[in-house]
Amino acid sequence: MDEPESTEGEPSVNGWYDLFSRGARDWLRHNEKVREAVREHLPEIVAGADVVGGGSRTVRVPVKMLEHYHFRLRRPEEQQGVGQGPAKPGDVLAKPSQGQGHGKGAGGNDNGGIEFTLEFKVDDIVDWLWEEMQLPNLKARVGRSDESDWVREGWDRRGARSRLDRRRSLRESVKRRAIQSESSPAFTDDDLRFRQLSKREQPSIQAVVFLLMDVSGSMSDRDRQLAKTFFFWATQGLKRQYRHLDTVFVAHTTEAWEFSEEEFFQVNGTGGTVTSTGLNKVREIIDDRYSPARYNIYLFYASDGDNYVEDRPYADAALKKVAEVANYSGYLEVSAMSQQHLGTEVGGLFKALTTQGKPVGSFAISRVEDVWDAVRHFFQHQAQDQTT
Amino acid sequence: MTDSWRDYLPRIEQLATGLGLSYNPVDFEAVPESFMMEISVYGLPVRMPHWSFGVRYIYQLIQHRMGHSRLFEVVFPGNPGRAYLAKNNSLAENVLVTAHVLGHADFSRNNLLFYNSQKQVGENIVEQAANHARQIGRAIEEHGMQRVEAVLDAALSLEQHIDMHQSLQRDRYPEYLQPKAENKEDEFRKRFASLDPSTQFQTSAGPVRQRAPIPPHPERDLLWFVAQYAPDLEGWERDIFLAVRAESFYFYPVFATQIMNEGWASYWHARLLREADFLPQHAYVDAVKCHSDVVRPHGNGEHVALSINPYHLGFSIWEKIVERDGLEAARRIMREDDDFSFVRNYLDVDMAEELQLFRFKAESNGRIEVVEDDLHELHDALLAPKYNFGAPSVAAKHIRVDGTLELLHDHKTDGRGLDVERGKKVLEYIQRVWRRPVILQTVDDKGSALELRIPF
Repeated sequence: MDEPESTEGEPSVNGWYDLFSRGARDWLRHNEKVREAVREHLPEIVAGADVVGGGSRTVRVPVKMLEHYHFRLRRPEEQQGVGQGPAKPGDVLAKPSQGQGHGKGAGGNDNGGIEFTLEFKVDDIVDWLWEEMQLPNLKARVGRSDESDWVREGWDRRGARSRLDRRRSLRESVKRRAIQSESSPAFTDDDLRFRQLSKREQPSIQAVVFLLMDVSGSMSDRDRQLAKTFFFWATQGLKRQYRHLDTVFVAHTTEAWEFSEEEFFQVNGTGGTVTSTGLNKVREIIDDRYSPARYNIYLFYASDGDNYVEDRPYADAALKKVAEVANYSGYLEVSAMSQQHLGTEVGGLFKALTTQGKPVGSFAISRVEDVWDAVRHFFQHQAQDQTT
Repeated sequence: MTDSWRDYLPRIEQLATGLGLSYNPVDFEAVPESFMMEISVYGLPVRMPHWSFGVRYIYQLIQHRMGHSRLFEVVFPGNPGRAYLAKNNSLAENVLVTAHVLGHADFSRNNLLFYNSQKQVGENIVEQAANHARQIGRAIEEHGMQRVEAVLDAALSLEQHIDMHQSLQRDRYPEYLQPKAENKEDEFRKRFASLDPSTQFQTSAGPVRQRAPIPPHPERDLLWFVAQYAPDLEGWERDIFLAVRAESFYFYPVFATQIMNEGWASYWHARLLREADFLPQHAYVDAVKCHSDVVRPHGNGEHVALSINPYHLGFSIWEKIVERDGLEAARRIMREDDDFSFVRNYLDVDMAEELQLFRFKAESNGRIEVVEDDLHELHDALLAPKYNFGAPSVAAKHIRVDGTLELLHDHKTDGRGLDVERGKKVLEYIQRVWRRPVILQTVDDKGSALELRIPF
């Protein structure tokens, strides 16, 4: 590859051209720019993306190739060009095409058109968004010290062979020989150092988030989609914080059930709404599986706000029971129609608790663009709750 | 039988010089197809990095995959000239391509536009472009990708906006107006003064030097103008503008003589092939087949093409010229003309008919209709995309006191206004290096004045 190889009789060949591609380099740079551009509009793009379910850890965003702009003349109503072949004046070579504004007439050097797909890692997106929205990092509740683990702590002259620290043992040996005669042995038992383990109690870093959704007849598909999108990103936000985050899906109408993630968003209920059933189910599961002493507990409840008036005292009591053990409980009111933001039955319920200073918050959204406002609201609210 | 390209090369060259071709020595090199493709995307073997080349590269790749194009050779003028041949060319193809390259080498040494451009840019554009690429690589290291890219976005978007009548090394405008020749005491003055002694001509109240306006006339050499007069341009940014401008000076003749140049090279590969009696029969047949693929008027299986193949058009015109007026006359035309004069002077009615050229109109709804024959209009339609380096006529008109740059689009010459959205984007590019507001005057679709402004 050092000399142009001179194969017999052929033009000389330089090997290095195969080694890199400028075109590919500039294409990667183009893609980077597209990513940057996408990033700026990420909230709108991913809010609409169908990311939830399927367990996919990436979001695929269709993008267009960027155009490097030049001065161009306005596209005329009619373009002219020169062609070649057996054609007489008056021949029609192409018929008007429906839909497309501009056909591919002469010159057609428009770079529009080709779409390709970029994949974004959900984790990256969440990181960007948290930076972008300057969302606070949540703090786990302190004071719990249930989880314990063996950690390394210091050295000892005795120990299991597998914990021998060679580097430190060698250092001891060097130290010893420096003050002893030259004939002294390379290692003695006294040189050996073993790593020590001790049991250390660690603060709880486990968390569980309850996603509770009203699936009664009044919740439209669109409402449900909104809830789903919100749940997804809110959960991603919590995942940033907690190494172990369990997710529990609960749906309710006049009754409540726990579902798997796949089933959860497919559930179609009919009939009325009894919020207390859902909240009681959540509390039940907490008592069953998620001791507040070991878990940081979060609840997000999505509903259109309707609830039987008769249920009010029960719902109130149930919510209090959840709120007293949860780090935070958020109520997301999803309603495409309703203008009565949070003036609903359920809205009132949460509001009452908020005024009592409980770690509870509410937010109403009606469009997919609002999802980020909701996420922002809840996370900032939670952080404030924690500092006060 | 020693069937090798190296053995044929001197014989082809001998034949070529015998027929009057005169060219600088050419270095031949075989390169992989991928590299050929990159040369065609960048226009030069090693060129500055920019994301827009990446986009072109992908389009080229897609086209290539669809089997639309195969590149046999690329040749760069200079001394020596540099020819790149595709590694997978067959022997017959390489013989043909070599003859073709010699035709180009003859053209680029003798054609006036090429001659003038190389007199300015030098006879080593390949090395120069590689230097520019290195220079920009250093700038990226020093100032970061974002800043360099902002400069390249602007410079490359204005790459067609040069003035070939100016020289590459061009000085700034004179700073002061030439003092007007002092008016001597003449009869008129005496009589005028005598009418009313209180109104005196201001004669010789000391030489008041007056600053010349910038620019003194609408300036179409936008790359140069921005490089010289942008209020806060840094040295390295200016260098990038001037590097892009130098490459444009090189590209202009390539662009403005494409039909002639490709035609000339095709004429010569056909002719040299015909007269190369040293070629074995099979190589000759293969090469002829390759020739007819290259200079066929339209794509495989198509009967009517909505574009013309410059190889075919140029080839046909040259054949006719040589046949009618002889080789000497053809060489004179090759030296003096460009595509504009070449097409207007030598594409006549007979030839247009023979080549079955027709003019068509494409409506915005996609309807395409063949229109009345008219040679004049045919010339215009053929050449319209080539005027002014293929770009709208935009000139720098004025710099305001606050540094605002005023650009003027000559919509009368171009026949209509600018594409507004693209225009704004280009202004954004310019504004980022001009660092003051930028204004562009053009017309809207009804022909009334329209002013674009960045920032709004």
